[in-house]
Amino acid sequence: MSGDPRTMTCDQFQAQLPELIGSGVDLSSDPHLAGCALCSALLADIEAIAEAARQLLPAIEPPDELWEQIESAILQEEDTPASY
Amino acid sequence: MSATQFPAETPDGAGTTDAAPETAPAAQAPAEDAVLFRAQAGDHQAFSLLYARHKRRIYSLCLRMVGNTAEAEDLTQEAFLQLHRKIATFRGDSAFSTWLHRLTINVVLMQLRRKGLQLVSLDEAMEPGPDDGPGRSFGAPDPTLSGSINRLTLERAVADLPAGYRLIFILHDIEGYEHNEIAAMLDCSIGNSKSQLHKARLRLREILRLRVQQEVQS
Repeated sequence: MSGDPRTMTCDQFQAQLPELIGSGVDLSSDPHLAGCALCSALLADIEAIAEAARQLLPAIEPPDELWEQIESAILQEEDTPASY
Repeated sequence: MSATQFPAETPDGAGTTDAAPETAPAAQAPAEDAVLFRAQAGDHQAFSLLYARHKRRIYSLCLRMVGNTAEAEDLTQEAFLQLHRKIATFRGDSAFSTWLHRLTINVVLMQLRRKGLQLVSLDEAMEPGPDDGPGRSFGAPDPTLSGSINRLTLERAVADLPAGYRLIFILHDIEGYEHNEIAAMLDCSIGNSKSQLHKARLRLREILRLRVQQEVQS
């Protein structure tokens, strides 16, 4: 990473964000964020999105008929000589 | 596997205690290891229980990744067919659910590649392009999204993402894979995975902000 955080522009800071966030760096005391409402709002939104995503549950039920199709396909494969 | 018939009932969890483990108390359901062992030995009823236990997670994963119910059903079927073919090779090096989850992701990735989707642009520059930033403005920034994201709005916004962004976002932010794991799955660099995830989140932000504005206006 390059650039003095105290003199960084928003463009420079945001160019570094993917790496900073992906590396798990604590940005709570970042000098640029301390003085930049725009980038602070951006980071808050990204964190809110990531947090909301973690709450999504695998709650979507497949149709009942799907098991019948799978069962049928398995039985069909068992009646056929293996080719896999 | 033997050609034994499957049990007549559909393993939808209704009316049984052991066919709906995602909701049933663990004490009422056969242990996963026992069911798995039986399924590996060719017991079709045990396999149907495995389906009942994992169908929601697998179908949800497929549906989120492709955004289309018919395709998600096909992929779920293919994942369980592959599971049936390969279950005897499971050696317990990881949790069974993890192994099945990874198997499913491979099925989906294979399908996406077959359709010609370029999963991750490998020649992409790490610097964000002009369309990838949050939008420059002077004066006070817009209110943040915090508090205005619920499950439904996020599900819809994820479905509206371009396929490549959707894939990275689901793998990392929803399914919890690390960047090194995603990089290995998608055959890209870790930096590229981080960059693509960031762009996906920025795109989601724009979609969600637009929806919030529309709700306020209406």
